[in-house]
Amino acid sequence: MSNWYMLTLVGKDQPGIVARVTTALFEAGCNLGETSMIRLGDNFTVMMMVQGGEGEDSLRTALQPVIDSLQLVLHVDPIEAGLHQRPVPNVCILVHGADRAGIVAQVTSKAAEAGLNILDLESDVGGTEASPIYILQIEGVASEGVEAVEKALAPLQVDGVKVDVRPIETMIG
Amino acid sequence: MAVLEILTYPDERLRQVSEPVEQFDGTLQARIDELEETRLAGPGAVGIAAPQVGWFQRVLIVDVSGRKKTTSHGHLILVNPEITEWDGFVMGREGCLSVPDYTGNVVRAERIHLDACDREGNTLSFEMEGFEARAIQHEMDHLDGLLFLDRLVSRRQDLFQRKVYT
Repeated sequence: MSNWYMLTLVGKDQPGIVARVTTALFEAGCNLGETSMIRLGDNFTVMMMVQGGEGEDSLRTALQPVIDSLQLVLHVDPIEAGLHQRPVPNVCILVHGADRAGIVAQVTSKAAEAGLNILDLESDVGGTEASPIYILQIEGVASEGVEAVEKALAPLQVDGVKVDVRPIETMIG
Repeated sequence: MAVLEILTYPDERLRQVSEPVEQFDGTLQARIDELEETRLAGPGAVGIAAPQVGWFQRVLIVDVSGRKKTTSHGHLILVNPEITEWDGFVMGREGCLSVPDYTGNVVRAERIHLDACDREGNTLSFEMEGFEARAIQHEMDHLDGLLFLDRLVSRRQDLFQRKVYT
């Protein structure tokens, strides 16, 4: 059985979204794979791998009552699961500074040129409305080495952004 | 000698608390050799503990000497190890032969004092820090039926934990 789908659900944050969505899927005979669920601003966002059901239409039918009741937007794509082949990150990057347009674009473009494959990225807007700050955290695989990424990102420091690049050393025991 | 089967989570035997070694005999020597052979056959493990191969005695092997810029006491075979002092704490990434395809963040003591016996029963004593201390703490958890999964901290916090001075 390999009928996997990527489900994306977005809506205004409210208690019970995860419980109701996952219960509806479970009751429809579906199995969850890896998921990412997080609040972004006042929105709750869900991306999850779902296996089973009887195709895309059956997934939509199973979720429709919850979607209607919680005012969620649903998107469904068939995917290959690709589980059990997780890359191990060897670098983490922390960036923070006064919020301005272009921070993510500049950091990730320079890092990509230096061989970075991003595995996990989260960014937050903190501070106050009058004086917002931006915090960006990335984990990834630096295929050309951590120093290459560090060197590529160093010029960004002069633009008032603090950039910290560190190796992730995984102890296997 | 033989490469032994590694028990993998959720095998309940990994939860078993191991017994101290009392006889430093030929059987012990043979089993230690098999444990080491099994460690070397795995994917880049710097350590292994006896319970990971279904041997429930307090024996572990750690060798971080192959890593660059890493403080190390070399290749260590430790019998009945005990940590008698802990100092500081630091977060780091761990994986495990008994938990394939997953790594996660775990907080460990930054420095430890370790007492143990070698494979002949002679007493040993070490001051350890950093990566080597982490490996020892990870392996000693196995002796008490614990896995790094029991100590996971969120990947979404403290990515850059500051040093803590006590």
